[in-house]
Amino acid sequence: MARAVTTRRKVITTAAAWAIGLLIFFPIYWTILTSFKTEAQAINDPPLFFFFDWTLENYAVVQERSDYMRFLWNSVIIAGGSTVLGILIAIPAAWSMAFVPSRRTKDILLWMLSTKMLPAVGVLYPISLIFVEFNLLDTRGGLIAVLMLINLPIIVWMLYTYFKEIPVDILEAARMDGAGLREEILYVLTPMAIPGIASTILLNFILAWNEAFWTLNLTAAQAAPLTAFIASYSSPEGLFFAKLSAASTMAIAPILILGWFSQKQLVRGLTFGAVK
Amino acid sequence: MGRIQLDQVKKTFGDVTVIPPLDLEIEDGEFVVFVGPSGCGKSTLLRLIAGLEDTTDGTIMIDDHDATRVPPAKRGLAMVFQSYALYPHMSVRKNIAFPLRMAKLDQAEIDRRVDGAADVLNLTDYLDRRPGQLSGGQRQRVAIGRAIVREPAAFLFDEPLSNLDAALRVGMRLEISELHKRLATTMIYVTHDQVEAMTMADKIVVLQAGVIEQVGSPLELYRRPRNTFVAGFIGSPKMNLIAGAEAAKHSAATIGVRPEHIEISETEGAWKGTVGVSEHLGSDTFFHVQCEASPEPLTVRATGEVSLSYGGEVHLTPRPEHIHRFDGQGLRID
Repeated sequence: MARAVTTRRKVITTAAAWAIGLLIFFPIYWTILTSFKTEAQAINDPPLFFFFDWTLENYAVVQERSDYMRFLWNSVIIAGGSTVLGILIAIPAAWSMAFVPSRRTKDILLWMLSTKMLPAVGVLYPISLIFVEFNLLDTRGGLIAVLMLINLPIIVWMLYTYFKEIPVDILEAARMDGAGLREEILYVLTPMAIPGIASTILLNFILAWNEAFWTLNLTAAQAAPLTAFIASYSSPEGLFFAKLSAASTMAIAPILILGWFSQKQLVRGLTFGAVK
Repeated sequence: MGRIQLDQVKKTFGDVTVIPPLDLEIEDGEFVVFVGPSGCGKSTLLRLIAGLEDTTDGTIMIDDHDATRVPPAKRGLAMVFQSYALYPHMSVRKNIAFPLRMAKLDQAEIDRRVDGAADVLNLTDYLDRRPGQLSGGQRQRVAIGRAIVREPAAFLFDEPLSNLDAALRVGMRLEISELHKRLATTMIYVTHDQVEAMTMADKIVVLQAGVIEQVGSPLELYRRPRNTFVAGFIGSPKMNLIAGAEAAKHSAATIGVRPEHIEISETEGAWKGTVGVSEHLGSDTFFHVQCEASPEPLTVRATGEVSLSYGGEVHLTPRPEHIHRFDGQGLRID
């Protein structure tokens, strides 16, 4: 029996949803707002919510001081590259775990995820040494590899859960129809898992885009992405909030737009298989 | 060609033996049905032949070539699954064409064969639809179409009709039988439904706990069941099995009489009994009669005209030439 939905309950849930939504959105709203203030207005007490002199001055300064496009391009390459590479490695891995599990598959999945519990700073030293040794410091390739590796457990996990939803019968039918492993994954599994794969790609692209620890520690100038671009506007003294906000707004804008246009796909992917 | 030989084929999952070493020969063009209760290993046996499961031991020969270690894609067999297992993201045309695409046939040949199969299976109007837009019967046809286009050495059917409703099942049963007559290709068909087995098979393989209880034509199994298991499993309603004093009179541990081989009379007969529930099917009536010869009620078949009231007295007489005798191990005595 369907649960009776009273008007009162509807009002309460709607209000609660809006409250949570606004709470999550507020920091982003505040950052964008601050980027249009002067440095003095940015630290005004009481805070100014709407009525102040709107200015584009911060954007002009930021644009003048650093080459936004170069950082943006680095972010696209690093986030995109690590996601694509991760997906290519994760699809066969998730396939084998979902469809030919061994007695240890569950353990391996947990063990893989447990690497995410390790604080990143714990391996900063060895990773830095490896980077120095192989001349990877401040290279896009090095960052692609590191970000791919740190996100790989999540990619494999997500794909594994999506693949588990696909009936084995259909893959067996493909085998009976003469498909080899490559054809089975390419023509049958991947198209069926597209919603799941798409949301995995999206989520990992966002994770890689926002990743700050490794990108800040392993880059200097050449390969620095937008996270480094933002960080460069924070300074130990002086007024920098407005300019920092302008830089942040410019850094999150592409990912916000991407998220906006793909939210349908993202929601569909995240709830994939929930209903038949 | 489609000659399949199993030699000492064995399958274990961990410590559990699903199929103890087993021999079986399937001749080219035969319609063979594997039948048995659920969990008897019939589907596993089919999957071993398909190559979807690895054999633990023994060899599988397909057309005199050792196929034991050959992957399913290379065995040249086609399979129809219980769940149909269609590719949901492809149109009916692409579903049927998939095995041909995998075989790297040229497009003109693929189109010709797909159109041919669609014509045979009445799917021509549905070729551009997705499987999700089809009824159960149509999906089953697509699954069969996908199997026949590649002209395989043998067809494997894994309970293909169990997801269909009763009326459709009878229709599809006929269609599959007709398909076999026309193609004359080996078919191996797994079912738990002995009616399907009886009506379709050239040869029935009765399985229990992974062991072949008997192999034979439907009528051989019906007329001369090798043991009490086959006797009880083949035939509907099932054979009456009577142990004890009544069996001893025939110098057997157990005797069996089919419901259709018992005469029923209100006046005289060998066994006196009381009428229990009657099942009227129109053409036939099945009476469940409690009588002194057996602790279990006996099932008796009579024509639709016979009418007996609940609790009434009747007399039953088994036809002597149709009494099956079994020894202490349940094996047939001739």
